[in-house]
Amino acid sequence: MQVTRGDIMGKTLAEKIWADHVVREVAGEPDLIYIDLHLLHEVTSPQAFDGLRLANRQVRRTDLTIATEDHNTPTLNIDQPIADPVSRLQIETLRKNAAEFGVRIHSLGDANQGIVHVVGPQLGITQPGMTIVCGDSHTSTHGAFGALAFGIGTSEVEHVLATQTLPLVRPKTMAINIEGSLPQGVTAKDIILAIIAKIGTGGGQGYVLEYRGSAIRELSMEGRMTICNMSIEAGARAGLIAPDETTFEYVKNKPHAPTGADWDAAVEYWKTLKSDDDAKFDVEISLNAAELSPFITWGTNPGQGAPLSGNVPNPADFTDPEEVGAAERALTYMGLEAGQPFKSIKVDTVFLGSCTNGRIEDLRAAADVLQGKKIAPNVRMLVVPGSAKVRLQAESEGLDKVFLDFGAEWRQAGCSMCLGMNPDQLTVGERSASTSNRNFEGRQGKGGRTHLVSPLVAAATAIRGTLSSPADL
Amino acid sequence: MEKFISHTGTAVPLRRSNVDTDQIIPAVYLKRVTKSGFEDGLFAAWRNDPEFVLNKPEFAHGTILVAGADFGTGSSREHAVWALQNYGFKAVISSRFADIFRGNSQKGGLLTVVLPQDDVEKIWDAIEADPTTEVTVDLEAKNVRVGSSVYPFEIDDYTRWRLMEGLDDIGLTLKNIDDVTAFEKKRPSFKPLTLPAKI
Repeated sequence: MQVTRGDIMGKTLAEKIWADHVVREVAGEPDLIYIDLHLLHEVTSPQAFDGLRLANRQVRRTDLTIATEDHNTPTLNIDQPIADPVSRLQIETLRKNAAEFGVRIHSLGDANQGIVHVVGPQLGITQPGMTIVCGDSHTSTHGAFGALAFGIGTSEVEHVLATQTLPLVRPKTMAINIEGSLPQGVTAKDIILAIIAKIGTGGGQGYVLEYRGSAIRELSMEGRMTICNMSIEAGARAGLIAPDETTFEYVKNKPHAPTGADWDAAVEYWKTLKSDDDAKFDVEISLNAAELSPFITWGTNPGQGAPLSGNVPNPADFTDPEEVGAAERALTYMGLEAGQPFKSIKVDTVFLGSCTNGRIEDLRAAADVLQGKKIAPNVRMLVVPGSAKVRLQAESEGLDKVFLDFGAEWRQAGCSMCLGMNPDQLTVGERSASTSNRNFEGRQGKGGRTHLVSPLVAAATAIRGTLSSPADL
Repeated sequence: MEKFISHTGTAVPLRRSNVDTDQIIPAVYLKRVTKSGFEDGLFAAWRNDPEFVLNKPEFAHGTILVAGADFGTGSSREHAVWALQNYGFKAVISSRFADIFRGNSQKGGLLTVVLPQDDVEKIWDAIEADPTTEVTVDLEAKNVRVGSSVYPFEIDDYTRWRLMEGLDDIGLTLKNIDDVTAFEKKRPSFKPLTLPAKI
């Protein structure tokens, strides 16, 4: 391995992965970093393929590239042509590009179709120590495996297609230490919402976040993915968790996991992927897991969050004048009054799904709460599995029946209402409790009002019709 | 990519922080497969509001957007950069940009200038007092000039050089493609391949 800066001092996990992928290093220029896996979807790739065609370039490594359809795909009637002609064109363009350039694609109707960040891990092509990119900011999800994974723009998609590398400036590192055990009913989603509320939507800008501590080590891979997924909501392009036995166990026997001698060599390498004891992070912050409780957002950015047990804040109580203004605008948009208890807020729609919380464990957790109950009057609930495979798995466990008996809608896989590119949208003034990742104005549909919540809170809210946790039932 | 050396025009004050990429261009406008035609989606949710700054005749033709902190947070969609450029913006000034948005802007030749919030406030005041105020964003001199006031800014030399030369990153990397080939020969065999497909 090439000898680079920092070999005397201990290294952070991010620095180790970085060092193992430097193709070219010249003072005064960004490092040229090799990309181990490039994930594609229909929205951010068409212009990149166009760029290749114009310059008469090929995809350098089709064997490190994979595409799926997720952002635009309908979650109903998927056996019929996509009704929206513009969405259909985008999907058809991806299919044509994949065929022309020889890229593997999992299309609507295929068992491996689904949200790109759910598909990678389930195929076992997401592994520790890799560099992974995708034209989607939630690529940070894959950091849960100890991979350096981040979202890129379309120009960078084209760059990776053509060269399998990216020129990148070395990021700073931030350690987020979460020690202690989570109380009953508190989940990975609550941890990450609490972190974002603490450091703000810009707090992670320029950093790779490494989540550490006993509360993180106790999490399942699904929970770790939920946390890394929302690193971008704190402004960080990437989040990381050091791989351990939980990680190896998850990867083992997945379709693309290494086998035989390769497995042994891989595990030996993966075991080195942790921050050294004497490594220096640029910033370190700490949270006590035992003090956390179910968390929700009340505003229009993911940093505007608070414990569900509290009340809508008074904008005047913020010290920063920017935050005062932002909170005032948020309350107006959200139709909330300062001082109103969160648990009195009525919702119209509950959305269970997305790359944040659309995995099998999320569906199981929600189904466990809903089992034998009925949905609140005037509430609709959409359950959208993260991938076709998650859907099949859930059906094999009878979860679809639990959701349907409860009164929820059981849909096909995709991004769906997380960003409302397909017909699954909120209408003006409609309020949701959503297990997704962004509560921006209009994110789930023009004029829609989003509260970000965990799958447990989503389920309890669907039962009561007001923001609730299972403890309120 | 078009070279960016210096641009002079009028400026638009966007007095909001945390303008995320869903505000710059909502997802429903992302369905085009070209890099043009995204101007209709720019700030779509606000365009029906007569009070929105771009709907005021005095600011309708500005080419420099002066925004609050944390501009461009959220999604990685480069469509946000294209929408601003398609509308006619050449530069955006803010005290803080989201990382991915800033990277995208620099690939596409939209100059993103970071100034302290105090300077942003002074520029807001100046252009609101007189919307015809000439504003120059000078990448060569690394400053923003508003009337008689000069606000210096920092940008790394490499990015500045690329923007001023209008250089395409892919072309630069391909000059060193032998390094990539050499690196590939050393990659461990346990690293996964997507082909042949295993399911």
